[in-house]
Amino acid sequence: MEAVVVDQVSKQFSLRHTHSLKETFVWFTKGRDVSNRFTALDEVSLRIEQGESVGLLGLNGSGKSTLLKLMSGVMRPDGGQVRVRGRVAGLIEVGAGLHPDLTGRENVYLNGSILGMTKAEIAERFDDIVAFSEIERFIDTEVKFYSSGMFLRLAFSVAVHTRPDVFLVDEILSVGDEPFQRKCFARIEQLREENRTLVIVSHDLPLIERFCSRGLVLEQGRLVCDATAGEAVRWFRGG
Amino acid sequence: MSSGVPAAPLVDPGVGRGLTELVRKRYLLELLVRKELRVRYWGSSIGLLWSYVKPAVQFVVFYFALGVFLQLNKAIENYPIYLFSGVVLVNFFSEAFGNATRSVVVNAPLVKKIYLPRELFPVASVIVAVIHFVPQLLVLLVAVTVAGWRPGFADIGYAFAGFGVVAAFALGLGLLLAAANVFFRDVENVVDLALLVVTWASPVLYPWTAVRDVLGDGLLLTLYLSNPVTVGVNFFHLAFWAPGLSGPTEFPPLAGPLLLAALIVAVTLVAGQTMFDRSSGRFAQEL
Repeated sequence: MEAVVVDQVSKQFSLRHTHSLKETFVWFTKGRDVSNRFTALDEVSLRIEQGESVGLLGLNGSGKSTLLKLMSGVMRPDGGQVRVRGRVAGLIEVGAGLHPDLTGRENVYLNGSILGMTKAEIAERFDDIVAFSEIERFIDTEVKFYSSGMFLRLAFSVAVHTRPDVFLVDEILSVGDEPFQRKCFARIEQLREENRTLVIVSHDLPLIERFCSRGLVLEQGRLVCDATAGEAVRWFRGG
Repeated sequence: MSSGVPAAPLVDPGVGRGLTELVRKRYLLELLVRKELRVRYWGSSIGLLWSYVKPAVQFVVFYFALGVFLQLNKAIENYPIYLFSGVVLVNFFSEAFGNATRSVVVNAPLVKKIYLPRELFPVASVIVAVIHFVPQLLVLLVAVTVAGWRPGFADIGYAFAGFGVVAAFALGLGLLLAAANVFFRDVENVVDLALLVVTWASPVLYPWTAVRDVLGDGLLLTLYLSNPVTVGVNFFHLAFWAPGLSGPTEFPPLAGPLLLAALIVAVTLVAGQTMFDRSSGRFAQEL
């Protein structure tokens, strides 16, 4: 059964975002300026089965993060369709959804709720979330006083405890100290054993080989390789 | 799979169901409201009390400038109550509309990185404005009670009608302009200007008869009276100020303007929701 279906998906961005009166007028009268477009994804199609762990490889600007954002619903495709099954939790950026003026405790509730947990679920897992993040002493301190490591721990801890059906991870595993990283890896391992779907974006090729069964390589917004993780990494190194 | 039914359907991520989604996400809405209140008063020692200070200062300024110096105290019976009942409602409208307009841009860090129904932001802003409105309403209630006001059922109904029209109008306009503000930041400045005008475009500080004397009884007066904020203010006068009067007063026509205002509000809400929904898929990339 598919967990994620990406069908002929394209995404373009404006290169300039100035909205002067003149440009606005031109925009209204002549339509969009085509030279101002950048194609981030170009008719990408792929299917990810439930329980698969997929690594997304590609150079900076190849469209990896855009694809992840489309899967999480933060952005919508310009063409084609993205569909996902079940609850999606995305760690698209470190600490997305953590508000600096709120305490750790308040942020656990807010972020957990944003990621789709109910009040009861958050209350039930609260102690686990705090224990995993190892910031018990600071849980009632505003997050803006956290070190970047603490910030990451809390964000990651909330995300993994949402028990998402599809877990999207964008280049965040490289932050944090080694013991915490090991813990994160163990947790990801556990999610995989529970037959959840993982999509991981990373430039850390050994990590992709270790965690993913399948690898996808993106190049200038096109899917150029879809193979086992080992093969994809070799392709990426060679290409 | 432990987390749910395996046969959950494939769905489009990031496609909300408009305002109806709020019912499902009410807990998240509650948290966003609390967040906004916490953030606004972070590091402030008197916190929510600030929401008393602004209307108090406004009231004193208007009372002396208009009531005493321009002698509206003599022209309008119980002028302080006339003044305050209008001022609190217009303040509510200004805060709800102004903050809703900014709500998506202010929450850019969230909007850019994570999906949640975007309607939550303007709606949370309006709810925060309601929370700020309640203490002011209490002050008004104390004032009118001291002045001898005993509410009838009809008066309470008028108050709810006036509040409802203004709140729905603020939400509709807020949705519309919050979306526009993402694409053109000029919008929030235009809204600030509009809010400067709002207090003076309704009979808050002066009697409505002064407007009639200038505009006559024609279309212009109907337009003036059908401004949803004016309808709200008139209903608040009817609810809080009129019962305390010693003699009969000339009230503006209410039914016709109410119907027109209801129509304006309905159109604004539908347009706001539609525009917001259509453009919300592009918020993340425009911010």
